[in-house]
Amino acid sequence: MNNSAAGTSSGSGDVSAPRRNSNRPKYSRFTQQELPACKPILTPRWVISVFTLIGVIFIPIGIAALRASTNVVEIVKRYDADCIPGNNTKAYKVAYIQDKNIDKTCNITLRVPKDMDPPIYVYYQLDNFYQNHRRYVKSRNDAQLKDRGKANDTSGCDPEDASNGSPIVPCGLIAWSLFNDTYNFSIGNQNLTVNKRGISWKSDRDHKFGNDVFPRNFQNGTLIGGASLDENTPLSQQEDLIVWMRTAALPTFRKSYGKIEQNLRENDTITVTIKNNYNTYSFSGKKKLVLSTSSWLGGKNDFIGITYLTIGGLCFFLAIAFTGVYLVKPRKLGDPSYLSWNRNPSGR
Amino acid sequence: MMKRFVYINDDSSQNLYCDNRISNRKYTILNFLPKNLWEQFRRFMNQYFLLIACLQLWSLITPVNPASTWGPLIIIFAVSATKEAWDDYNRYLSDKQANEKEVWVVKDGIRKHIKAQDIHVGNIVWLRENDEVPCDLVLIGTSEPQGICYVETAALDGETDLKTRVLPSSCIGLTPEQLHKIKGVIECPNPDKDIRRFDSNMRLFPPFIDNDLCPLTIDNTLLQSCYLRNTEWACGVAVYTGNETKLGMSRGVPEPKLTAVDAMIDKLTGAIFLFQIVVVIVLGFAGNIWKDTEARKQWYAQYPEDGPWYELLVIPLRFELLCSIMIPISLKVSLDLVKSIYAKFIDWDEEMYDHETMTAPHAANTAISEDLGQVEYILTDKTGTLTENKMSFRRCCINGTFYGNESGDALKDVELLNAVINNVPDVIRFLTIMTICNTVVPVRSMSGNILYKAQSQDEDALVNAAARLHMVLISKNGNSLEINFNGKLIHYEILDTLEFTSERKRMSVVVKDSEDGKILLLSKGADEAILPLSYAGQQIRPFVDAVDQYAQLGLRTLCLGWRELKDDEYKDWSQAFKEARSTLVNREWKLDEVCQRLEHDLEVIGVTAVEDQLQDGVPETIETLRKAGINFWMLTGDKQKTAIQIALLCNFISSEPRGQLLFINGKTEDEVLRSLERVLLTMKITSSEPKDLAFVVDGWALEIILKQYRSVFTELAILSRTAICCRVTPSQKAQLVELLKSCDYRTLAIGDGGNDVRMIQNADIGVGISGREGLQAARAADYSIGKFRFLKRLILVHGRYSYNRTAFLSQYSFYKSLLICFIQIFFSFFSGVSGTSLFNSISLMAYNVFYTSVPVLTVVLDKDLTEKTVMQNPQILFYCQAGRLLNPSTFAGWFGRSLYHALVVFLITVHAYADEKSEMEQLSMVALSGCIWLQAFVVTIEMNSFTIFHHLAIWGNLLCFYGLNLMISAIPSAGLYTIMFRLCRQPSYWITLFLITVVGMGPVLALKYFRYTYRSSAINILQQAERSRVATFSIRDLDSQLKSIEKDVGSLASRNKFKSSVYEPLITDSPTATRRAVGPSAFDFLQPAQSRDDQNAGLLEIVCMLTE
Repeated sequence: MNNSAAGTSSGSGDVSAPRRNSNRPKYSRFTQQELPACKPILTPRWVISVFTLIGVIFIPIGIAALRASTNVVEIVKRYDADCIPGNNTKAYKVAYIQDKNIDKTCNITLRVPKDMDPPIYVYYQLDNFYQNHRRYVKSRNDAQLKDRGKANDTSGCDPEDASNGSPIVPCGLIAWSLFNDTYNFSIGNQNLTVNKRGISWKSDRDHKFGNDVFPRNFQNGTLIGGASLDENTPLSQQEDLIVWMRTAALPTFRKSYGKIEQNLRENDTITVTIKNNYNTYSFSGKKKLVLSTSSWLGGKNDFIGITYLTIGGLCFFLAIAFTGVYLVKPRKLGDPSYLSWNRNPSGR
Repeated sequence: MMKRFVYINDDSSQNLYCDNRISNRKYTILNFLPKNLWEQFRRFMNQYFLLIACLQLWSLITPVNPASTWGPLIIIFAVSATKEAWDDYNRYLSDKQANEKEVWVVKDGIRKHIKAQDIHVGNIVWLRENDEVPCDLVLIGTSEPQGICYVETAALDGETDLKTRVLPSSCIGLTPEQLHKIKGVIECPNPDKDIRRFDSNMRLFPPFIDNDLCPLTIDNTLLQSCYLRNTEWACGVAVYTGNETKLGMSRGVPEPKLTAVDAMIDKLTGAIFLFQIVVVIVLGFAGNIWKDTEARKQWYAQYPEDGPWYELLVIPLRFELLCSIMIPISLKVSLDLVKSIYAKFIDWDEEMYDHETMTAPHAANTAISEDLGQVEYILTDKTGTLTENKMSFRRCCINGTFYGNESGDALKDVELLNAVINNVPDVIRFLTIMTICNTVVPVRSMSGNILYKAQSQDEDALVNAAARLHMVLISKNGNSLEINFNGKLIHYEILDTLEFTSERKRMSVVVKDSEDGKILLLSKGADEAILPLSYAGQQIRPFVDAVDQYAQLGLRTLCLGWRELKDDEYKDWSQAFKEARSTLVNREWKLDEVCQRLEHDLEVIGVTAVEDQLQDGVPETIETLRKAGINFWMLTGDKQKTAIQIALLCNFISSEPRGQLLFINGKTEDEVLRSLERVLLTMKITSSEPKDLAFVVDGWALEIILKQYRSVFTELAILSRTAICCRVTPSQKAQLVELLKSCDYRTLAIGDGGNDVRMIQNADIGVGISGREGLQAARAADYSIGKFRFLKRLILVHGRYSYNRTAFLSQYSFYKSLLICFIQIFFSFFSGVSGTSLFNSISLMAYNVFYTSVPVLTVVLDKDLTEKTVMQNPQILFYCQAGRLLNPSTFAGWFGRSLYHALVVFLITVHAYADEKSEMEQLSMVALSGCIWLQAFVVTIEMNSFTIFHHLAIWGNLLCFYGLNLMISAIPSAGLYTIMFRLCRQPSYWITLFLITVVGMGPVLALKYFRYTYRSSAINILQQAERSRVATFSIRDLDSQLKSIEKDVGSLASRNKFKSSVYEPLITDSPTATRRAVGPSAFDFLQPAQSRDDQNAGLLEIVCMLTE
């Protein structure tokens, strides 16, 4: 009888045991948060060698980049002021540039500072021109440019979507304001040919601008913006337009005008005959003509080289400074005596 | 009072109430979309994002394709809607299963099989053994001749023991045939959710003439979801059906708990929102001015002279849209995801698996893991939480004779055994009360052994002890009870049971000895509930001494008493009792009153002492958590002495002279107030000494205090690290939780029994121990664990990691959003402040949703310190408690970093890709690549440990970025066509990215290294210690160092005139937040009693110094 009582309370546990047992978590390193992990800590040696290594890598790259940049020969000539007669008010300049009856031909001379090997790229550079303006940058219709059948698709092109009741091809503010200054180069009396083929991206010619899409109704409105287009040339061959339509992200930008495929000798004097048509006077923008060779890094740009050298130097400096501090004030890592409350034994 | 009349077996009235179709579904197919959307849009963040998305539909102002917001928004909505739908579908399936279950119901006098959903109120339902009860029934017949049946109520209240249910008196003896034809009416209250009460009456109609109203209680019911056990069949009348059952009514949606981290994130989101508004207004103004002064000169933009009326709004709105990405749309999704992983880690944790009871830990609330790391107060129950709740009878005192004092086990005390053999009357009476005065059910098992099913562990211990002393409870069938005493069978008839309630703190039974026909009242209960009832002239001194002595040893005591009743006295009383039992209004109170009329002039006969052993590892757990700066309050229903003994045993308080207990007691308001103020004064004076002070208060005084002197008590609560509240009721426990919460402390309540449920639900975090008192607490809790000692791991490991991880994840999410947003803002200065987006829509969307969201998710595997180190140095929890890793100042750091990185990316890109390279798509892709590279390295540098997943996610993500963009670059119609191919071929692209990365990360690395080495935080030092080879030695060393922290902190505290420049935002927000944030009141209690503000300032500095 005694035994019966002694073995009491185990009964209820047995019933539920198998059910609860399935609750038992399955062991895996993931579920136990015990995945093998490496735990790097910022030891002085590690940090100092990282900074040294960066310095070691950066300085040669900096030198190479700077050399590339200095090897590029670049001629930049601002002409917007020179090509307006006299030193007049802005209003006069604007009136001058907008007057269709004036012949705006103007001649400037460039001196070649160093030998330039082909290809020599000809760019025009605009300053203070906001191709990235919200109103401007969206004013185009890519479908229309690509597809002949979508000539009527001028959505987004407002206010240059239609004139005289029919759609404009290519529509939109970007195309409408196409840059229309032209340059003719000559050395002495000899004409310098500028190759205007291949200045745009091939992918644009092949896939973005249709070879069966022709300009229509372009610059026919009351307001004339920039250049007109030859109605018999398909858009895919209008390379100036293609280049212009690759909008620039910054208010100062250069765009390809053409390539000169012959050597220019040091001290050659180039005469450029400019048709100064494009109005940058109303917003005080500058126009520049740029002739430049190129390197593996692109055009003349000292920024990368100088920055690399500076950063490399700073990294060396940091590495040395950390080493110095480490040697002068060595700290044993993980030493409890560095706990902040141990460093402040005062107050007793 | 609203009542319902249930006509038994009457088909005409059955349509008054709903049928038994259960529906737990929130939605139907038709209302799912609108209802779900409505629910989702009630959240501010979603409204904000919807507004942004709608604004984007206005093409005049949208800087990007609306898809870049609509896409993520729809994904987010779809994800949570799918989750809801899936949950709801599962609920539908389980409802369907329950609804279509076949049950036997009497229709037109014949038993028929019908679907459970077709049961109507008034139907008679037949159940067989192991059937689930389909709705709430009033029992009217069973197979057992004594008119009882057994049910398992685990699904309802979590208690696993079998409960006895009895037939109403008027139904006893009815045959199954009669039951088919029975008619009658049950008068019962309208449906409610109280599963412990069913105050109603039944009257049967002819031919079952019984003019008496037969009272019904919860003991006469079979509630939905219980199981019929050990009973061949039972039948009952359906009274509540469908969603109106007790279970259905008690099903509620618990209030979602908001963690401190969530609150902080909301606050930071608000701050960013304000910042965004400011940016929008400033840029909007600038944009409009620029437009009027400059843009009108830009003929190629063709600005019309007269714009529409809303023209002034256009630019600000554009900027609003551009800046809308400042608030990361992916944050909510990422947080939900990682939080559910934290919860899974808790569920999966092997080290918290209790092998003894085979219970796995469970996180029922997946959203509040971070709060575990910020706990400041733990309110703990005693019985079953700190102790095993495995009772064993140890000692007793019978009429002044102490048994078991030498051996510590009365059952082995020869004197007692002899007394039993010699039939000493007092001893026999004592054993009889032990055996009879309880609610234990003896069940004969297959093998013939008798098993006791007890709801209370104390009763179980007493009955088992009596059995060992040769008085064995053999059977309890309805009203008759059999005892085997030394081989002799004794019969008793149970006349009435005066049940135990926590107000009465005693129970009694009235029995009739079948031999001599005497009627006896047998009572047992707490000393203060029994001793005052002793007859005039009885010497109760020995019993008081015995109770004191036992309590000193930490034993639980019960006093036993009895009285013989005269026949007529009993008859009178019995009538009153019956009436009280059949009242519908205030039944409990009336019963109390009637019981008191009988329970007086008892002869107190002895005291039993039952030991409840401490659980394994309780003292260590409390010590560790105490070191982690967590304060403990013990709330127990037990006696003061017992509570103090247990508290001493488990390191809760220290004994003199290191510790001191301050008692708050008194019977009247004045006494209590005086005592309270004295304690407060002592507390303030002695708080400068390093002494463990604790106050002790009992339920009576607490009642007065909570009503009258709340503010004084609050002040005391703030000063005191430790408190013992004894003799408290469940509602007082909940009130204490509320009180601490109102001081802005993070509270954790842990308990195991039904009486802890309210406290658990009220606390910021409720932890339930799935213990012997059932699963009630565990079900109501946010976390359930098997043993108290797992709390240490739950807080220090899971809570701490969760906090750290969320802190990083949330701030990082803001960082990456701000980074891209700042670049957009910088770009606007180069685009005529016109609101042009530098990045295209696809890139923006992918940046937020993929590129930057995926790598950071590996933070769920990040561990700054190993679990072992944290366990050895629990003080490190200070960082989490004080919110050191996520607060406005750390956030400012991230803000600054994003600003710096945006500058780096933008300036380098703009300079490297100037002039002839400044094509829009190209430049934007360079900037985007820069951001992607930087964020990969930021994640790398902020992670503490790298698993294979980290490498996969961080570097794999980078590869994905290139893969995806190369793919897009191959699509001719895409804006990005050929861009990525071009860039990848350019040396200048790679050189630029390299430059961005080094310039961006160099200072971060240098600063981090400098801080790590020369301004190390305690976390850094432990990391270093952990990873250097001499780990074991130095950690032990460190441990001792950390131990001395309190002393040093004390000395630092006195120097609080030097203002620290470190901003501790949590602290300065409000006086209450101050206390909250500082939490670890190691400081509190060492702090000299100055004015609160000074003290807070001082504390602030200490924390800063400690954590700098």
